[in-house]
Amino acid sequence: MVIIKVGIEQTIQSIWQLLESVCDPEVPVLSVIDLGIIRNIEIENDKVIVTITPTYTGCPAMDVISMSIRMALLEKGFKNIQIKSVLSPAWTTDWVSEKGKEKLAAYGIAPPNTKQVVCSPDAFAEEEAIQCPRCRSYHTKLVSQFGSTACKALYQCEDCKEPFDYFKCH
Amino acid sequence: MKNELIDFTLYLADNALIIGHRNSEWCGHGPVLEQDIAITNISLDLIGQARNFYQYAAQLINEENTEAKATEDTLAYLRDGWDFKNSLLTEHPNGDWAQTITRQFFFSVYQYYLYQQLQNCSNEQIAAIAIKALKEVTYHVKWSSEWMIRLGDGTEESNSRLKKAIDNLWMFTGELFDLSAYESVIYSAWNIDNDKIKNEWESKVKGILEEATLEIPVNATWHQSGGKTGTHSEHLGFLLAEMQSLQRAYPGNEW
Ligand SMILES: [Zn+2]
Repeated sequence: MVIIKVGIEQTIQSIWQLLESVCDPEVPVLSVIDLGIIRNIEIENDKVIVTITPTYTGCPAMDVISMSIRMALLEKGFKNIQIKSVLSPAWTTDWVSEKGKEKLAAYGIAPPNTKQVVCSPDAFAEEEAIQCPRCRSYHTKLVSQFGSTACKALYQCEDCKEPFDYFKCH
Repeated sequence: MKNELIDFTLYLADNALIIGHRNSEWCGHGPVLEQDIAITNISLDLIGQARNFYQYAAQLINEENTEAKATEDTLAYLRDGWDFKNSLLTEHPNGDWAQTITRQFFFSVYQYYLYQQLQNCSNEQIAAIAIKALKEVTYHVKWSSEWMIRLGDGTEESNSRLKKAIDNLWMFTGELFDLSAYESVIYSAWNIDNDKIKNEWESKVKGILEEATLEIPVNATWHQSGGKTGTHSEHLGFLLAEMQSLQRAYPGNEW
């Protein structure tokens, strides 16, 4: 058995590395590590327990992500796998890694602003300045709070006119 | 207390599922593409919240009765109309865009202030769901408020349609603050302040309506209630018939 040969700590490290290759099906440039949804990895006897937290309560990608994690572990020879889902503490876009933010920008999605802005319920409240991932202009406007997936809002650049997705603050 | 907790969890779940399902009826029929996407995203958020509450309710039910074998799916798809505890507001048909927006606005503002209190309650699971959901509800409040103002302070037609929607739906808002027996037990156990929720709701609604150049209906003190204890309008039966048809015809079927 793999685990006994290399020791528990090393096995856990290797699983963290392995999960770098498991991607979010809706934003395929991001791994589950980049997204910050892997909360813990532990090993009990020969059982691997991966704890994940959902991004949005209704995110349909979560089921696919659980399955992909299981498949990746099975391929490496782990047989006894448990994927646990926890709600608390609630996921925030602050957990998206720096590397993940760079990947998003390169992919054409404006990354979530680094400093968590408290979202306001007030109508027409001032929006945070979002940078165009194409021309870097901050001269952009919100088209819709709700985009192609739960995690994105729709923006348009006033300079280069490019419409783009913003991975919205959460 | 355990039974009241189950009922209250189902109330939260049913509210979210039923209004979420109503919104999903707009999919492909929205007035413009962006708003079609927005309303279906809101629908997805609400159905996601419902799933979390149903999963927890199922766990509680199975702890009480090991034979029950409840799951989120049996609770959503195999209960009858009189078992559903959602408020009458949430089951009200979509009508035109103004009716849908008004229903969402009244409901989201209620959810917003209710969840604010639930996030600090002594029940860890309910608190965790509330904290998570509150981030989403915040967007729903903002989006529906902006539409209320846009329609109210828009054209003559949009204003008159919104006015009609408010007049139609107002009588279902009182029920939100009319505590059922199970809510009373939970509220006093968790120190939830219903008057505070009600006052915050009224002041937020009043403020947005003023910006929309409209008013709270005068002399509208009477309200319709019953949903919280399973006495529903004729609309819920039709909604359930469609929503549950697959599981009723093929019990236990999965995608
Ligand atoms: Zn640009």
